[in-house]
Amino acid sequence: MILGTVYAFLFLVAVFCLVVGVALRVIRYSRTPVPLVIPTTPAPTTTRGVVALMFREVVLFESLFKGSKWTWLFGWLFHFGLVVALLRHLRYFTEPVWQWVEVIQWVGLYGGGVMLFGLLGLWARRFLVDRVRYISAPSDHLMLALLVAIAGSGFAIKYGVHTDIVALKAFTRGLLVFDWQPLPAEPLLLIHLTLVIFLMVIFPFSKLLHAPGVFFSPTRTMKDTPREKRHSAPWADEINRSTLR
Amino acid sequence: MAKHEFSIPVVKSTLEIPPIQPGAMAHSSPFVAKAEHQQPLGFPGELVDNWKSVAIDKMEELLGKYRALPVFLDSCVKCGACTDKCHYYLGTGDPKNMPVARQDLLRGVYRRYFTVAGKYFPKLVGAVELTEEVIDDWYRYYHQCSECRRCSVYCPFGIDTAEITMAGREILASIGVGQKYANEIIGKVHKIGNNLGLPGPAFINTLEGLEEEVEEEINVPVKFPLDQVGADVLLVTPSADFFAEPHVDGLIGYAKVFHQAGISWTLSSYASEAANFGIFIGNYENMQKVAERIRQAAIDLGVKRIVVGECGHAWRVAYSFWNTLIGPFDFLDPAYPTPQHICELTYDLLQQGQLKLDPAQNDDKVVTFHDSCNVSRGSRMGDTPGGQFTIPRALIRSACSHFVDMAPETTHEHTFCCGGGGGLLTDDLLELRVKGALPRVSALKRVIEEDGVTHMAAICAICKSQFSKVLPEYGMGMDMVVSVHQLIGDALVFESAQ
Repeated sequence: MILGTVYAFLFLVAVFCLVVGVALRVIRYSRTPVPLVIPTTPAPTTTRGVVALMFREVVLFESLFKGSKWTWLFGWLFHFGLVVALLRHLRYFTEPVWQWVEVIQWVGLYGGGVMLFGLLGLWARRFLVDRVRYISAPSDHLMLALLVAIAGSGFAIKYGVHTDIVALKAFTRGLLVFDWQPLPAEPLLLIHLTLVIFLMVIFPFSKLLHAPGVFFSPTRTMKDTPREKRHSAPWADEINRSTLR
Repeated sequence: MAKHEFSIPVVKSTLEIPPIQPGAMAHSSPFVAKAEHQQPLGFPGELVDNWKSVAIDKMEELLGKYRALPVFLDSCVKCGACTDKCHYYLGTGDPKNMPVARQDLLRGVYRRYFTVAGKYFPKLVGAVELTEEVIDDWYRYYHQCSECRRCSVYCPFGIDTAEITMAGREILASIGVGQKYANEIIGKVHKIGNNLGLPGPAFINTLEGLEEEVEEEINVPVKFPLDQVGADVLLVTPSADFFAEPHVDGLIGYAKVFHQAGISWTLSSYASEAANFGIFIGNYENMQKVAERIRQAAIDLGVKRIVVGECGHAWRVAYSFWNTLIGPFDFLDPAYPTPQHICELTYDLLQQGQLKLDPAQNDDKVVTFHDSCNVSRGSRMGDTPGGQFTIPRALIRSACSHFVDMAPETTHEHTFCCGGGGGLLTDDLLELRVKGALPRVSALKRVIEEDGVTHMAAICAICKSQFSKVLPEYGMGMDMVVSVHQLIGDALVFESAQ
């Protein structure tokens, strides 16, 4: 029971860090003015066009595809493997398990494998491509190590040392309603959960901020309509006024 | 040709990505601005005593003024997609010329002073103290970026290193370490009105000379009006168009177009410069002040339209920033876009059948087109995205029978900078300029060999000057470079008014 309480507490802290941390960054981004029109052109001239571009950017990684086919392949496989694997985990939070979550259980497993494959490909580039090796900081390797360890420990639980799924589900369901339940004291499970908690905590302090960041990138989110519509920021307009004769 | 202390890269018609050679360009650094170049721009004359705290304060100020900075500095995941995209990296192999590494020079300091991870785990996340060595690296490598935005095309988050370079230069200037070339030029514009520092009388002489020259050659009285109050169009063009080759042939081309179309136009001696180096040093105040002269000239001359000549960064500033800097343009004729590019104007006249071109006049040429970086990735022409690519090409095709495009990975938004943009067109950076031109020269070499290309047209004063200087280093003729409006002017058929 102590274990359940400790982990419940840790999860709350992690969720708090993730939500508040990201919210603070997002508020910071949105409150910082964009004084000049700087989309990378050719850029859409309509809001609809910008939404379509952002969809392609976030779902298909269009720019990355133009930039590096290998990085695109591994990066895309990792991200969408992760999405599918996360969806699979919804079964620990829904009762009865939603039908589509039930249906995609096997897909989720492949998702985990694909995610792991993508991660290893990305990691290999950090060693094999001299340019990428040069720009990699220790934190870049550790981030990959963390994600690989999360995926690896997940597979170890699934195929190696099974855990008490029913007890685990009682714990996760309890989390949602602040009703602390015992957590099975299985080392692999505890490792898996600890790593996930760690990932959630470091999210707003790390390069994982690219996830909210892309939605605030002026080169992608701005319309190319500077002649049609005057764009301005208060601090810039103050300067403009100061030079008027 | 004088021998250089550096070797000219071997040009192959397919571009190879070089292995990293740390420190390969660590010796490259432009002359530092003197007090007389710094102070008129509002910067301290020399390195301030408390430079460290001034620099950090400036960084904090910029982080609060430009959303791009915190977003770009936070978001990079070091994926490496940009690492082989910069012409300066491809030409030099210096890893600090990889866009991400160039950003990291600033990002390391940002992390150290403005992020939790960098404050407590600096080694882990690559955060660094702001030291004299860091300042030196900033000065070197923020002057090895031409702010061409090519990296931003391939970044999954749209991180534009140009924005980082501008911030880096702005911080450097604010602690007293500005760049001589750019700051001296901006000072001349503030004082006299153009980059070359040429006063009004010099313009009158030049323009009269051009009128005589053109009339002698084609027997048509093409005028080059200056300060003509009440003209319809104010033409603002880079001052290189008045004096440099091959630029001046472009100016003659504009004048011929205005003449044949019967448009009343004028140049201004007060706003005798389209270029705006304020963008290069990333300083809003100076960029605004330079642009303000044009607004003032347009009002004083009572014109209805403003047209901008062939210049890359000037067109980015004009198209993307003028409305913000010096708008709204409610004193101009709303029937025309403000500003309008000379290529848009000529294109519209051709569409309306008001100009007749005879491509046979250019039959001695096989022409290719160099997309200028600022036009391609920082602006537009016409009504639809990509007009900046189709309109100049349509003009060239109307004026020439033989047109060939270079490899698609080197044109349109993928175009390579000429190697001299972004305030780097100075002889103290000649090695950088020669090496940075390598990617474009490689693509050019291929169309020369495969398609017999004889000329490369450009719509940017910096591109034209840069290529005239560096092409001979690669064994190509400096006269290969032509203005798009030179081709137009040469092909233009003069018909007497119906």
